[in-house]
Amino acid sequence: MASIEVGGKSYETDEEGYLVNLADWNKEVGEYLAQTESVELTEQHWEVINFLREYFEEYQIAPAVRVLTKAIGKKLGPEKGNSEYLYGLFPYGPGKQACKIAGLPKPTGCV
Amino acid sequence: MSDATVKKFMFVNRKAPYGTIYALESLEVVLITAAFDQDVSLVFLDDGVYQLKKGQQTKGIEIKNFSPTYRALEGYDVEKLYVERESLEARGLTEEDLLVDVVVLGRAEMGALMDEQDVVLSF
Amino acid sequence: MLHIINKSPLSNSSLESCLRVAVSGDILLTEDAVYAATSGNAFEAKLREAMGRFKVYVLQPDLDARGLGDRLMAGVTSVDHGGFVDLTISNNSCQSWL
Repeated sequence: MASIEVGGKSYETDEEGYLVNLADWNKEVGEYLAQTESVELTEQHWEVINFLREYFEEYQIAPAVRVLTKAIGKKLGPEKGNSEYLYGLFPYGPGKQACKIAGLPKPTGCV
Repeated sequence: MSDATVKKFMFVNRKAPYGTIYALESLEVVLITAAFDQDVSLVFLDDGVYQLKKGQQTKGIEIKNFSPTYRALEGYDVEKLYVERESLEARGLTEEDLLVDVVVLGRAEMGALMDEQDVVLSF
Repeated sequence: MLHIINKSPLSNSSLESCLRVAVSGDILLTEDAVYAATSGNAFEAKLREAMGRFKVYVLQPDLDARGLGDRLMAGVTSVDHGGFVDLTISNNSCQSWL
């Protein structure tokens, strides 16, 4: 099992770098994971990350990109609920990459 | 997408959650197939109605509680959930015991609905 | 003897077979068998009838997992995992009905 080290603490990850325990996540871990993905986190990124964590908290799954896009549009407005905006923030995919930074598992059905 | 490519898919859920893996497997397949824009219905029959029982607390058995995920189905455009009335009654349950909005059908109506499907997947 | 059942009585016959064949002793309902001891289920009357010959227990964590912690029928005793172990000790033998 792989692991990452943040602030002197070790956290378990899977072979693709996703956190094994959702409860391990905190802002610092999120920032570290973003660095490994070469994503510089802005307020707009955090908006999506926090949204994902709330979604997971409520439904116990990471949403499919299509579902995330629609839900973001509903909550944060249509200018943010579209794939151009979300892929602009997370070039490797708002599903895969944003979920990883948010400490969530890979979305179901995502290869 | 043209109508010609849309088929009627029905997932028939007949197993209680946790005791076997069927309920969770079915739910995962439903979430994945939701991406294909088909006409999807979920049916809960027999012990399958227990999947939708409110108030599941799985801490004591150390298995993930996947019941909140049924409430995510609406966001996946899976909105046709049917529960057989006779199955609910045999378990001392009512519609108020369920954690999502469903349509309750008698067995005759359920049978007719099944007959209309192009594909039926049983779990 | 302790009889352990882990299948729902509404989709499997193991509890029914146990009640038909076994004479007396303790019955512990675990996993999907806990549905047998919930009020209003179709097997409730059969279990109640058997309570003259058997003492019936249910594993509470399995009942809670299924959202039925508040629906336990009267006369059934709830135990935790420690209580499960105690039952296997207080009985001379134990049978798991598959």
